[in-house]
Amino acid sequence: MSKSDLTRRGVLRAGAAGLATPTIFSGAVWAASHSGFTNAPEGGSVTLGFNVPQTGPYADEGADELRAYELAVEHLNGGGDGGMIPTFSSKTLDGTGILGKKVEYVTGDTQTKSDAARASAKSMIEKDGAIMITGGSSSGVAVAVQGLCQEAGVIFMAGLTHSNDTTGKDRKANGFRHFFNGYMSGAALAPVLANAYGTDRKAYHLTADYTWGWTQQESIQASTEALGWSTVQNVLTPLAATDFSSYIAPVLQTDADVLVLNHYGGNMVNSLTNAVQFGLKDKIVNGKQFEIVVPLYSRLMARGAGANVKGIFGSTNWHWSLPDEGSQAFTRSFGTKYGFPPSQAAHTCYTQTLLYADAVNRAGSFNPCAVAEALEGFEFDGLGNGPTLYRAEDHQCFKDVLVVKGKENPTSEFDLLEIVEITPVSQVTYPPDHPMFGGAEASLGSCNPGA
Amino acid sequence: MEAIILQILNGLDKGSAYALIALGLTLIFGTLGVVNFAHGALFMIGAFCAVTLQRLLNLSHEVIDDTKKDFLGNPLKVDVPYLADWFGADAAQTIIQWSVPLAILFSIPIMILVGISMERGLIKHFYKRPHADQILVTFGLAIVLQEIIKAFFGANPIPTPAPPAFTGSFDFGALIGMENIIYPYWRMVYFAFAMVVIAGVFAFLQFTTFGMVVRAGMADRETVGMLGINIDRRFTIMFAIAACVAGLAGVMYTPINSPNYHMGMDFLVISFVVVVVGGMGSLPGAVLAGFVLGILEAFASMNEVIDIVPGINQIIIYLVAIIVLLTRPRGLMGRKGVMEE
Amino acid sequence: MLGLATKDFVLLLVVAVLCLFAPVLLNPFPETSDLAQFNAGYPDLMQRFVIFGIFAIGFNILFGLTGYLSFGHAAFLGVGSYSVVWMFKLLNYNIVPGLLLSLVVSGLFALAIGYVSLRRSGIYFSILTLAFAQMSFALAYSVLTPITNGETGLQVYGNDPQYLQGDSAPNIPHLFGMTMRATETVEFGPWLWQFNAGYYFCAVVMLIAFYLAIRIFRSPFGMMLRAVKSNQQRMRYTGLNPRPYTLAAFVISGMYAGLAGGLMASMDPLAGAERMQWTASGEVVLMTILGGTGTLIGPVLGAGLIKYLENILSKINDNILHQWFAFMPDGLEDFLVAIVHPFIGKGWHLTLGLVFMAVVIFLPGGLVEGGQRIGRLFGRKKPAEAEAKAAAKTPAE
Repeated sequence: MSKSDLTRRGVLRAGAAGLATPTIFSGAVWAASHSGFTNAPEGGSVTLGFNVPQTGPYADEGADELRAYELAVEHLNGGGDGGMIPTFSSKTLDGTGILGKKVEYVTGDTQTKSDAARASAKSMIEKDGAIMITGGSSSGVAVAVQGLCQEAGVIFMAGLTHSNDTTGKDRKANGFRHFFNGYMSGAALAPVLANAYGTDRKAYHLTADYTWGWTQQESIQASTEALGWSTVQNVLTPLAATDFSSYIAPVLQTDADVLVLNHYGGNMVNSLTNAVQFGLKDKIVNGKQFEIVVPLYSRLMARGAGANVKGIFGSTNWHWSLPDEGSQAFTRSFGTKYGFPPSQAAHTCYTQTLLYADAVNRAGSFNPCAVAEALEGFEFDGLGNGPTLYRAEDHQCFKDVLVVKGKENPTSEFDLLEIVEITPVSQVTYPPDHPMFGGAEASLGSCNPGA
Repeated sequence: MEAIILQILNGLDKGSAYALIALGLTLIFGTLGVVNFAHGALFMIGAFCAVTLQRLLNLSHEVIDDTKKDFLGNPLKVDVPYLADWFGADAAQTIIQWSVPLAILFSIPIMILVGISMERGLIKHFYKRPHADQILVTFGLAIVLQEIIKAFFGANPIPTPAPPAFTGSFDFGALIGMENIIYPYWRMVYFAFAMVVIAGVFAFLQFTTFGMVVRAGMADRETVGMLGINIDRRFTIMFAIAACVAGLAGVMYTPINSPNYHMGMDFLVISFVVVVVGGMGSLPGAVLAGFVLGILEAFASMNEVIDIVPGINQIIIYLVAIIVLLTRPRGLMGRKGVMEE
Repeated sequence: MLGLATKDFVLLLVVAVLCLFAPVLLNPFPETSDLAQFNAGYPDLMQRFVIFGIFAIGFNILFGLTGYLSFGHAAFLGVGSYSVVWMFKLLNYNIVPGLLLSLVVSGLFALAIGYVSLRRSGIYFSILTLAFAQMSFALAYSVLTPITNGETGLQVYGNDPQYLQGDSAPNIPHLFGMTMRATETVEFGPWLWQFNAGYYFCAVVMLIAFYLAIRIFRSPFGMMLRAVKSNQQRMRYTGLNPRPYTLAAFVISGMYAGLAGGLMASMDPLAGAERMQWTASGEVVLMTILGGTGTLIGPVLGAGLIKYLENILSKINDNILHQWFAFMPDGLEDFLVAIVHPFIGKGWHLTLGLVFMAVVIFLPGGLVEGGQRIGRLFGRKKPAEAEAKAAAKTPAE
């Protein structure tokens, strides 16, 4: 019998629980301690928690994330063709699981609601003894689950979350994000837009009225204005809106010549469809062709909008048509198993799992603080995005950003986007205390191993 | 001025959808006395009739094209619709593009069948049960129906474009000498279609013996029953008609916004608000409320309005509902004693 | 005893015993067995059981007794949660001030909404409450973000004032130093039982709430509320104004909801706006009807069933199915997995919908009726329980 602030099933199953907390943060010390943190794995296996939306509007994206996780587990345990493990610059993964323990997993449904996501994550931690939680398809959920993992003392590897806040004002020591963010979208898109449409443009923004929408809009506005564009208006649309006609129609009455849709998911599909219905794509304003921009693209959403995405610029974290070795290996591995190419959500989730496993191997311990230390400032390559840095100050990955465009002549329902430019990482890097990311006040806090 | 005209058009368009759904809902309320939480699901099923037909017309066999490669580097398999084999590529293309209008014909028998089996199989047994039980069973049914659709079609929206003849937009401004008033053709079609359906339902209830009996049944079910008229059978037919109206509203809605499996739930709450604001047991009330709320919603999303009252676009429908219900106890045109207990 | 009739006291006692031993009773399967998947005895879910139990008990005071069907009770749940988190932000992590504030704020909020909405009855009342709740949700999600932190959910940040936070006080929600997360874990052979402080605190609160509900049900005030349900007209003729009674019931049930919301935030210090959405209001309606409207224990059972399905079914995946059926021949195994697959994991909604339909079709009185039937079936074997349930059921008529 023992008392603890959190359930540590794994530990308790084995009997004694060491409560020593190491004070010197060095690899050797970590390696020596296999207990003293939440859900320390005992026996021959380790459990990861895959918390993805399985119901609700993002269910398909969640299903794709889950496929990627299952593939990653297979590869970590030595099955399949190994995917990106051979191309990954760090070579600690050898198909024997993590630290020699077989990887097992549990799944849960976030329902894209903070409450449900936290309930699901808690059950993974309390009931199943998960040592790491990963997944999610919206920023609200990511921030909520990240906060929970910080309190509980497990690592959170964020899935698809694009809000600046996740590694901005809501950053946490136990949370890590591989996906890019609103600021990076803006910084990567603006030069391409200026190049294609000129620097003298008037933009009209429609923005989903919640935190992700706001941070995205703020980022795009700042980067486009820096290149000479002006912003005519920013209109906030309710998240629950399904018909955007009454927000699109007023665009006709202004002299704006670009429409920026800061929407995601069903909102984006509908607002883009509505904008095209109102003939905005064929409109001529101020002697210029009217243009529509969708800053955050996802292939699944592009599919929902059908032919409407043709020729429309946006940004994305990754695309299966990338020619590098890692991307090719992953696409081949995923495509062979499931019959269609992976989405960017699948890629980021797969990558996060590999990065976590590798960090544990390098740290020689599952202790969240050791893992965090191993991930902080970690530079790697071969996972599809080119050379990448996991920045220590805010646990955000810095890598190249893809600017994409809706393809004019898609050959299949998966071949909807074409890569226009790969914006180099230097162009999208910002200081950790950038005002859009919580300024100087934002802090990771200290790492929490639980227990 | 232009902005206001455009928002009136938008309002009429939104209102058409609200009115059509609310019309069916209030028919079921009024005639059968059933709180049907599965009505949104009927709208959704209608929309997926269009999707299904599109899929059916696109049924194809694979032809391997050696000149192109798929994402894994294998020869690309190109899907060739059977229609293209039968009628030639161009004709097939045209038929597929016209799948949404064709789906109207396709959906009517399906919706009637769905309506009848729902009423006979389930709803019938709940006429005498408390409203709470009706809510639970129809809500359960709605979940089951949408999960079935999700299992077949996924959770992602599915694009179902209008035929090319209707994809553009119409320059209203040129007609009345103003600039920048253009409106999509399909939305105008939707409004016209809604008008026709609403007129049809009213004419049916007003001018046929069948409709007369149903109206009598709405007013006093027991007396009509005592006159020896088989009111049950007529109620089944009414349910089928209501299902049909919701389904057609769904079919026609697909080119406006890509359908997804939860679109019914999205409309469910709002359609209840519309029905109640219109007044329980009143068909004209439901239609009126649909258009009024649609137009007000469109106006509330104008920048000038939001600048004065931030967030008004998020709450306008509910705010109006509260004001109407507090000033008019039974909604706009409700009858006394219907669903007041 | 405690001012209760014997039957009610027995019921209260049964519930108390069930609550006390829940960590054991809800973990019937050994950790090592495949069926451990169905164990519900972990702190988070047990907390949810009792918290939603409180929510449903409160809702039943309004709906079960007066027949007024509110479709906006989630608004009070949300307000309760926000109150608690704000107290965390302003004072310290002790949950007492927050819970008191949540009672006060949700009571006032319910008074305002109830005063307006109760001017109408029937479905008009339902839609009015729905409209208020949806407005609260929409505003909390967007315009009121400075107060509610919008989509992300209200949470405590490092730079919050926390004026009363002492240096030694825990940095997580606690009750005078006893952290809500503290868990005593006991191993008993292959079983693992988790005794969680937060759960027991919630359980005590629920027992008090349950006791008060019984008192209300059995009081003259409860009688008056039933009179409102059966015939308001007649009540007016006897010179009684039903409004104050219904308003009192509305406020009480709003405070129950606020308390439940407050407890949710006390167990897990984050308050999301979607707690106020109509789906959350609808959920408590479904819980109450599913369990048995107007019965004492029904709503708690309904809450338990819905939360159980949501949290347990959604976590079963194909991998687990394959483990279960691994002993079968390959073809049969795949076949069984294919059959079960649509109802678990991402298909848990489907099962939920089917359960709703099955219960309302086959058990018109909700789960309580199911209990009664089983009780009758075993007639003499379990007289006490059956009677307790029968006693609970009678007032519904």
